[in-house]
Amino acid sequence: MIVDYVVWIILLPLISFTIQIFFGKRLPRQGDWLPTSVMFVDLLLALIVAGKVFSAYDPDFRIARSFEWVVLGTTTIKFGLLIDNLTAVMLFIVTLVSSLVHLFSIGYMHGDPRYSRYFAYLSLFSFSMLGLVSVDNFLGIYMFWELVGVSSFLLIGFWFEKHSASNAAKKAFLVNRVGDVGMFIGILLIFAITHTFNFDEVFGKIASGEFAGALLTAAGILIFCGAVGKSAQFPLHVWLPDAMEGPTPVSALIHAATMVAAGVYLVGRTFVLYTETALLIIAGIGTITAFIAATIAVVQMDIKKVLAYSTISQLGYMIAALGVGGYNAGLFHLMTHAFFKALLFLGAGSVIHAMHHEQDMRQMGGLRHKLPITFVTFLIATMAISGVPGLSGFFSKDAILAAALGKAMETGTLYHYLIFATLIFTAGLTAFYMFRALFLTFYGTPRNQEKYDHAHESPSTMTIPLIALALFTVIGGYGSWFEELIRKPSLAMFSTGAAQEAAHAAAEGAAHGAHTIAMVLSILFAFAGIFIAALYYYWNKYSAEAVSEKFAALYRFLWNKWYFDELYQATAVRGTLLLSRAMGWFDLKVIDGIVNGTARMTTLLSFGSGTTDNRVVDGLVNWVARIVGWFGATLREIQTGKVQAYILMALGAFILLYVIQLAMV
Amino acid sequence: MMAVGLHHFLVLSALLFVLGLLAVITKKNAVTVLMGIELILNAANINFIAFSRYVDTDLDGQLFALFVIITAAAAAAVALAIVLNIYKQMRSVNLDEADTLAG
Repeated sequence: MIVDYVVWIILLPLISFTIQIFFGKRLPRQGDWLPTSVMFVDLLLALIVAGKVFSAYDPDFRIARSFEWVVLGTTTIKFGLLIDNLTAVMLFIVTLVSSLVHLFSIGYMHGDPRYSRYFAYLSLFSFSMLGLVSVDNFLGIYMFWELVGVSSFLLIGFWFEKHSASNAAKKAFLVNRVGDVGMFIGILLIFAITHTFNFDEVFGKIASGEFAGALLTAAGILIFCGAVGKSAQFPLHVWLPDAMEGPTPVSALIHAATMVAAGVYLVGRTFVLYTETALLIIAGIGTITAFIAATIAVVQMDIKKVLAYSTISQLGYMIAALGVGGYNAGLFHLMTHAFFKALLFLGAGSVIHAMHHEQDMRQMGGLRHKLPITFVTFLIATMAISGVPGLSGFFSKDAILAAALGKAMETGTLYHYLIFATLIFTAGLTAFYMFRALFLTFYGTPRNQEKYDHAHESPSTMTIPLIALALFTVIGGYGSWFEELIRKPSLAMFSTGAAQEAAHAAAEGAAHGAHTIAMVLSILFAFAGIFIAALYYYWNKYSAEAVSEKFAALYRFLWNKWYFDELYQATAVRGTLLLSRAMGWFDLKVIDGIVNGTARMTTLLSFGSGTTDNRVVDGLVNWVARIVGWFGATLREIQTGKVQAYILMALGAFILLYVIQLAMV
Repeated sequence: MMAVGLHHFLVLSALLFVLGLLAVITKKNAVTVLMGIELILNAANINFIAFSRYVDTDLDGQLFALFVIITAAAAAAVALAIVLNIYKQMRSVNLDEADTLAG
């Protein structure tokens, strides 16, 4: 019953994509109502599914249904759906954000020459993303993984006439590919060992100890590679800021709320795959990402770039949370982040729309009077991401920090304390750069009077999604249902009778002890960040320019995004080009040389063979002929034609034979 | 007195053979050559009969001699017909001139 609903949730956007891509232009209003209404139906269905799943109120709730997809001898590959509490939450998040983004896009994309295709792509993305969160096996998740990658590529490069957009699309695709290859190898490794793609069966093998040790660690890290690419984690984070070339609602849907969170979802879904070593790496990567991205966001001037780096930073938070074992905290942050980051992006989209596609914050200022609804919703989201108490972001971020501190207290290692310290410092940075963006955009005096004068509040199709998301941003963190329903999967779930529950319970206990300290610290850092931002950008007590001049080297370092692009340009890109050139040289000289050599050899051989044929074979034939001719010429002499001569010869021969006969006797 | 034995016959037959052969080889006239052939055949006949008398006591040899005589007659008829045809063609029975098959 629930499965049927989920199947329809996944298939409806696919149907609307098919209709939209072929007939979109011929439909009234270019068909924008079709994908949009389909997404709202999907949202309704997702709510029904969530209602049915949550009404059981069972953390171990699971429905898995699959069919035999491919049968290869003794190997059967099954394909199916897995619906548990996490899937239900993800379905709800994706359909909610997607439907609101559809609605928002009607206003934002109005008048675009490829209006209908835009909605088709959005539908394709929704289909892929919904499939991704519902499938029950690695192969399926990889397929949908690539499908969201393709939709992302299409939507980043949607305005492909702009060179930067098509380049960004390419970059996103290629950088993702690096991670995806790792993930693919990981999946193959898992299949090679367990002979199945199915999540539950793989986890069962791990629980029974059939799949363990270094290979398990390697498989975990390889699967995590996919998450590094898709969730823009260090060192593959470089594609996400460039992806902001796409339309802003796309940034909200794909590059903030849902697709980039797929990496976090993947790690969450396959959580039992990760050994302690793998988790250490995951936590480290997440923390580094969170910190680097936050420092870059501090100096960005493009409002979307600030949000992009903020997204990377927050994704780093989620990954780090999973890495330190804060399973629930990481996924909780995924949900709240989806709400407030989608809201921030849509708010930024509303601002950009009002400013006639101006994204530079230096051209903004004072917009709160012109865009009151956008301002209020943006403010709510900013407070949420900064961790102001009472909003959803506060609860989830606090949970992450508590998990990190709990882990540090439990293990007592410097590594985990460093992770906690970095994360809490990053929390302060987050509050600072988000309020900096808020003050620069909405407060102060207009810095570009002409654009300011033309600015106007967006139409209701754009403000309604903002209000809806603001509502979820406020209430998203309340209640203990998430904590109670999304429980860290333990190996015990997948085996019969193994008792490993105790260890996890102990870790949970430590996290509770750390909660108060983490909460106090996080509030402290958040308000410190806000206060400093206000000093510089609201009260203008100090000049940001003066600081940037004083620390010019650091400023340049951050402004150039830690020189990651330059580094990759110099190493990966140049290396690839050099390798290609070397390959080209090899191809031209060696391969072609071999081919040409073969050709020359063949002509030489043919020539030799021809000569042999002409001289030796023909010579032999001619020679035989000549010998026969000579014999003929010689022997014709005795053919006198005279009978008596012949008789004489016969007589001579007879006598000869007789003599021989005598001699022999 | 010496009794007449096998050897006498053989020598006679050999002499006769050689004489026939000599005629066949040396004579130019085709008719004379045919006569030589008759001599050779009769030399063989003497041999047949002598061997029949002294070596093998049945009548096989003598019967063979009869056959030879008959075949010799037939052969002579054919040969003379050929000679007549040659004469018609060449106005001569000289064997030296009948060399149109010479290589």
